[in-house]
Amino acid sequence: MSDGERRRESTRRSEFAAGAVLVAPLVLSVLPFGLLLGTLAAQRGLSPLETFLMSASVFAGSAQFAVLGQWSTPVAIAAVGATALLVNLRHVLMAAALAPALGAWPRPGAYGAMFFLADEVWALALRRAVRDGLTPAFYLGLALPMWTAWVASTTLGNGVGAAIEDPTRYGLDFAFTAVFLVLLVGLWRGPRSLAPWVASALAAVAAEQWLPGAWYILAGALAGCVTAALAGASADDADAR
Amino acid sequence: MHAEPRVLAAIAAMAIATYLTRIAGLWLVRRVILRGRLRAALEAVPGAILAALVAPSAIATGTAESVAALLCVAIAARVPMMVAIVAGVATVATLRAAIGGGG
Repeated sequence: MSDGERRRESTRRSEFAAGAVLVAPLVLSVLPFGLLLGTLAAQRGLSPLETFLMSASVFAGSAQFAVLGQWSTPVAIAAVGATALLVNLRHVLMAAALAPALGAWPRPGAYGAMFFLADEVWALALRRAVRDGLTPAFYLGLALPMWTAWVASTTLGNGVGAAIEDPTRYGLDFAFTAVFLVLLVGLWRGPRSLAPWVASALAAVAAEQWLPGAWYILAGALAGCVTAALAGASADDADAR
Repeated sequence: MHAEPRVLAAIAAMAIATYLTRIAGLWLVRRVILRGRLRAALEAVPGAILAALVAPSAIATGTAESVAALLCVAIAARVPMMVAIVAGVATVATLRAAIGGGG
């Protein structure tokens, strides 16, 4: 190893460590959610191996909660894929916002990194990009601990969930609703958020009465989107490119 | 340890759908200008999905669920997320035991 290589290697290590330190509090806070998701997955009949594979390959908490909320046996594959797609549509805008910071990265590296673009990873990566520029090593320092914590806690939670016999007695079936409500409150961006949500909720309740399966989710999503588009242009247009 | 083919297919569908949304931004940002009403509609998707997911359970299931949902929303912005979730679940369990129903 030449001096230059050694210096670059030590820079990479310190960048990775800096990312891991920054993400550590979020790693801790994701653990209870992982345990809860694993518990609910077990209640839906998923095995530890299936839960592990889902968390490892999808790595998207709210999409996984949403899919398990509508999980049926046998599972409706297309509906599950569609729900994951819709819940994750926000990532399109998130990656677009991060794209300028990845300009100097090798193209395969940038596309590979997007696999780990969970909300927490994105928020910290964007903050770093604005201040000091984002290196691949720093990004991996954010992403790998989050991914490991999510996969481990969901798989572990699956073992806990399988041991609970009557989940409704503990209100566990309501955990889905509670998680979604808390996530929804986190998306509040002032009064302009309200109209799309009300439209979506009304359309969903109506559709759930009249349509089979999970169509109510799509009906609500469409009603909310159309309402938002009719209400006017995005308030974030200033930073759009 | 087991994994059913159908479940594996569903997981694969989820993984592909999720990855597509994560790379679409990189691809689109070079070709399409995401602004105006299109951006507003895209931004509204996650909230609209969550509102649709909770509405039937929160509004149209029963008193216990509606009361717990209101409590969740009321405290969600003030306490850690996990506290709000546990409070909601505990409220449903308590109210079901007190007034019956649920499930």
